[in-house]
Amino acid sequence: MAMATAAVASVRLATTNALPRATQRSRDNEACSALNSAFFKNSIPSSSRSSRKNLKTLNDGSRKGICVRVKASTSDMVKEKALPADGQLISRHEGLDLYEDMILGRAFEDMCAQMYYRGKMFGFVHLYNGQEAVSTGFIKGLKKADYVCSTYRDHVHALSKGVPARQVMSELFGKATGCCRGQGGSMHMFSKEHNVLGGFAFIGEGIPVATGAAFTTKYRREVLKDDSADEVTIAFFGDGTCNNGQFFECLNMAALWKLPIVFVVENNLWAIGMSHYRATSVPEIWKKGPAFGMPGIHVDGMDVLKVREVAKEAIARARRGDGPTLVECETYRFRGHSLADPDELRKPAEKAHYAARDPIAALKNYLLENRLATEKELSAIEETINELIEDAVEFAEASPLPPHSQLLENVFADPKGFGIGPDGRYRCEGPGFTAGTAQV
Amino acid sequence: MESTALLQKLTAGMAFRGNPATLLSSSSASSHFARVQASAWPIMQGSRLRRLNVEATDLNANAFGTMPHSSTGLKIITKAVAVKTERGSTATAQQGHELLLFEALREGLDEEMERDPTVCVIGEDVGHYGGSYKVTKGMAEKYGDLRLLDTPIAENSFTGMAIGAAMSGLRPIVEGMNMGFLLLAFNQIANNCGMLHYTSGGQFTIPIVIRGPGGVGRQLGAEHSQRLESYFQSVPGLQMVACSTPYNAKGLMKAAIRSENPVILFEHVLLYNLKERIPDEEYVLCLEEAELVRPGEDITILTYSRMRHHVLQAVKTLVSKGYDPEVIDIRSLKPFDLFTIGNSVKKTHKVLIVEECMRTGGIGASLRAAIMENFFDELDAPIGCLSSQDVPTPYAGPLEDLTVVQPPQIVFAVEQLCKH
Repeated sequence: MAMATAAVASVRLATTNALPRATQRSRDNEACSALNSAFFKNSIPSSSRSSRKNLKTLNDGSRKGICVRVKASTSDMVKEKALPADGQLISRHEGLDLYEDMILGRAFEDMCAQMYYRGKMFGFVHLYNGQEAVSTGFIKGLKKADYVCSTYRDHVHALSKGVPARQVMSELFGKATGCCRGQGGSMHMFSKEHNVLGGFAFIGEGIPVATGAAFTTKYRREVLKDDSADEVTIAFFGDGTCNNGQFFECLNMAALWKLPIVFVVENNLWAIGMSHYRATSVPEIWKKGPAFGMPGIHVDGMDVLKVREVAKEAIARARRGDGPTLVECETYRFRGHSLADPDELRKPAEKAHYAARDPIAALKNYLLENRLATEKELSAIEETINELIEDAVEFAEASPLPPHSQLLENVFADPKGFGIGPDGRYRCEGPGFTAGTAQV
Repeated sequence: MESTALLQKLTAGMAFRGNPATLLSSSSASSHFARVQASAWPIMQGSRLRRLNVEATDLNANAFGTMPHSSTGLKIITKAVAVKTERGSTATAQQGHELLLFEALREGLDEEMERDPTVCVIGEDVGHYGGSYKVTKGMAEKYGDLRLLDTPIAENSFTGMAIGAAMSGLRPIVEGMNMGFLLLAFNQIANNCGMLHYTSGGQFTIPIVIRGPGGVGRQLGAEHSQRLESYFQSVPGLQMVACSTPYNAKGLMKAAIRSENPVILFEHVLLYNLKERIPDEEYVLCLEEAELVRPGEDITILTYSRMRHHVLQAVKTLVSKGYDPEVIDIRSLKPFDLFTIGNSVKKTHKVLIVEECMRTGGIGASLRAAIMENFFDELDAPIGCLSSQDVPTPYAGPLEDLTVVQPPQIVFAVEQLCKH
């Protein structure tokens, strides 16, 4: 493997718009390489080689002193990233924070499975087990005002963004105290307070919405002259979505207008039962970024520290106004596509391979080995989270179902949209409306 | 007819809420219709008509009987063609300014964009090109490229982008270069635009306006001659309005922009050059109300968009044959203004719907069902419905004319219904 001399990888791009296109493109490629080739020492070991073609990871099996590489997009030159003086990638506090968030995601999803099989929640429920590093790695790098836009596999995105577990659980139970008043369900988690823009049932649907939120930030800066507007939007979606038109259309528009957005592909290799390799002519999704004029990065999505590093760069790039980034995270879902999926097509060997790369176990090992936390502290965190989840379930159980009167609320922001009835009054003014019994 | 009786007749036909009366101007020079002007032009929703100034440009004895004189003592003009110089003491006659429908849309848009800096237009060729029907001409120079955003050709995505922008605080207007192109945006319009406010439990509002020209033009071919109102009408959470004159175009545009709901504003390719005098002062129309175009006693004709003008053409013939149809431009395609419609049905007891939608599953089909459901006992005859043929619009001129409803068909239908 090519060993570059240690050099601090710089990811600053020249931000002048006056650059001729060719120069801009080559600078983008530079940024690409820099971002891609973060070279870490003493990071979380990658215990096995990825079996995917064209992807190289460094591996020599030993646990200490492994240099793990984030794949370069356009060049094989590997640049080393200088570590902070104490040699640690994260502080103790940050480490515990990450750990807690991932445990929250895992425990919540496990509880969802239990509740589903006990008949407390219904319909399609898509669980996130195994992919926690992506959600935690990215969303923990955001401010509250930043936007997150997701898909139907959205519980953990909402939780990482700060939506209380109680509200998410209630929503799943279909109760009136849910974050969407029970009107959305598993696939439609929204939060105005925490800027979670959904929750979409159709894949690809959320990407334009995310692009729109990023457009608003740019609009507020440039039209409304609000210099404090620097919100970044992150759009999460899967490998299957990357063959959908809306993905490409939005990559184009985001790069064209340099929108402050990060496109995060959670490539878990399977779209229900369709393998990524059977559906895609060019399986390397990160390569599609440069085709539209933005950096395309591939990162090990089972390693929260690597994800976090890439996320930091991509979010900073967007916040600076340098435009979008496409990040492909290699990840895996330990459960089926949904709770209704028998999951018969995936080979046990593949599942075992990724189970061994469980992001939570990996972070735990890292924290323990680098003496950032003790076993007891981590167990205490797990205990706390379990209690939180129990509390959320109790809260959801005790919450009331939505009353009949809620049926017609929220169809329109302005209920005059239901029109004028035969008696001359607006329908929304009639008593049947507020009781939910009006015919509209 | 005595003036008081005339005024009674006019007020009886008007909705209680005070429908704005319309200036009728057909493109032909000789107008056979009485021009009814409301003296208080700015009609905010819920206000009543205060006074009526009645003018008749060309009087047909059967239309309004003998020459009426206004009880308020205003001069009545009886010349055949609009003669501007002779509009003496009716001061309201010279107010206002004349413009074409696309200019009225632009005026409404301009006023709203100036009033609220979060209003922006997103669409193909809306910026530098000025809009393929010139609705946004000159505005990019005034407001800049971000407020008149020229998009790549990606309807689904830029409509979704507009929805995301609406959710995060802007008030975008999506222009479909042709309404038919918005079929590509159906995913976003149905799933997100219509339903997102509900599935988010009311957390996010989508104050978006989706507008564009639709309808059958002059030999534009099947795909450029589509009527999408029937496809979108089932989407819950959407409001749909159709404009038909410069006056209601501007008023509805402004109302749609100010509305917190997602509104689809249907314009028509052939109506962009319609000319009319509209008020100088600001006015906003009500999105949910229908417009009484011509009061009558014999039959209620419900119509919208271009068919309004075909109906008015047919009414000339009908009036000369002794019929007295009441014409209502429903304007609000979803929801229907059942009050105005109901009052009319209770008066005439016969209904004819004239629309440009396809027969199957069109606006007329829904309207028929709604009227039958609510006003069955008032009906003396089955509800007639004239719609376009369920045919992809052919290119050849004569065939194209056959697909849409023409005035002779309207006349015939009225005659048939009035036999009941």
